Amino acid sequence: MNPNLKRLRRSMMFLNCQKPGLIKDPYVYGPDSIMLDLEDAVAEREKDAARYSLYHALQEIDYRGVERVVRINGLDSDLWEEDVRCSVAGGCDAIRIPKTETAEDVLRVEAAVVAAEKEFGIEEGRTLIMAALESAKGVLNALPICEASPRLFGIALSGGDYTKDLQTSISGTGVELMGARQHMIIAARAAGKQCFDTVYTNLNDMDGFRKDVETIHTMGFDGKSIINPRQIPIVHDIYTPKPKEIIFAEKVVREIDTKKAMGIGVFTVDGKMIDIAFYDGAKRTIALAKASGVYKGDL
Amino acid sequence: MDIKKSAVAGTLESSDCMVTVEPGRGQVDLDLDSVVIRQYGKQIRKVIYDTLKRLDVNDVKLTVVDKGALDCTIKARVECAVYRSNDITGNLPWGGAIK
Repeated sequence: MNPNLKRLRRSMMFLNCQKPGLIKDPYVYGPDSIMLDLEDAVAEREKDAARYSLYHALQEIDYRGVERVVRINGLDSDLWEEDVRCSVAGGCDAIRIPKTETAEDVLRVEAAVVAAEKEFGIEEGRTLIMAALESAKGVLNALPICEASPRLFGIALSGGDYTKDLQTSISGTGVELMGARQHMIIAARAAGKQCFDTVYTNLNDMDGFRKDVETIHTMGFDGKSIINPRQIPIVHDIYTPKPKEIIFAEKVVREIDTKKAMGIGVFTVDGKMIDIAFYDGAKRTIALAKASGVYKGDL
Repeated sequence: MDIKKSAVAGTLESSDCMVTVEPGRGQVDLDLDSVVIRQYGKQIRKVIYDTLKRLDVNDVKLTVVDKGALDCTIKARVECAVYRSNDITGNLPWGGAIK
């Protein structure tokens, strides 16, 4: 199994491959992942140019551990297969499929990725896949999409196109996205996959952005697509467990381990009733704290 | 590879370079203008000549206006201009002539 399937992906930052100035050093901002875009951000007549830039950037720039995801062009275009060849040959970590509507879409891309890994001598299974859901049909098919491939690590909501398909628009309140967000996180968890939220495009409203991230964090999302480095510290702050939460999680894990050995199933920690159902959540908090660099304990 | 017609790739934005290729007169004829020519002129020329060699281009008039592009961007723009001059956009030799 590819060890990166479950890696930390709190912040996934879009970058336009058409712009060398943008893709040369984004690691300085510390996102967990970058999404090198060959799709919407790239002008139609520059699609070819973006690929050469992408290939050499992947080959020659040291992104210092930041995951490199490539958003390819849609499967309804004649561009996506060459996008996959270029990305896989360059050694990207994952391919993001836009406008995914069915499990078959994932399988088509998976087949192209397998062929490209073979063609360019890349280790089989190295290139992961994620699927962006951008329509009502795609959102309704979230579960079969999640289950389509063992290479697929997660699904992401693309709010702009999705709300267009619903015949509404982004209001800033999140009301129009509620159903999709809830459905997608449930589907992703049912399939054991990660789930990512859509971008927040109003860079002048950082309070609104914070509220948006708090909402999706509470809902269980693994992270958010972002469009500007200014958004990264806010996402990371919200996703980093607070000292109080870490201490409580540590107590829960230790107490459950101890009490289990004593044959006790239910007990209290800091006045709260605790049983085995709290174990995985507490372990996740510790793992997230570790990955965020704020846990130095021995669990 | 022959240069079949004039083609351009890149922009004059910072960290980019604009490369124009035209059919040559039996040799590689390079006109380079760079904001960092004193510090990196030699290196930029080397990247351009090495890229043309990999693409097997021996007959070209090449004009490069560099705005502080990294080596990887210079390669990408030269390759793009050369393939555009041949109208080739698919089934490219990633990892082969493009390296």
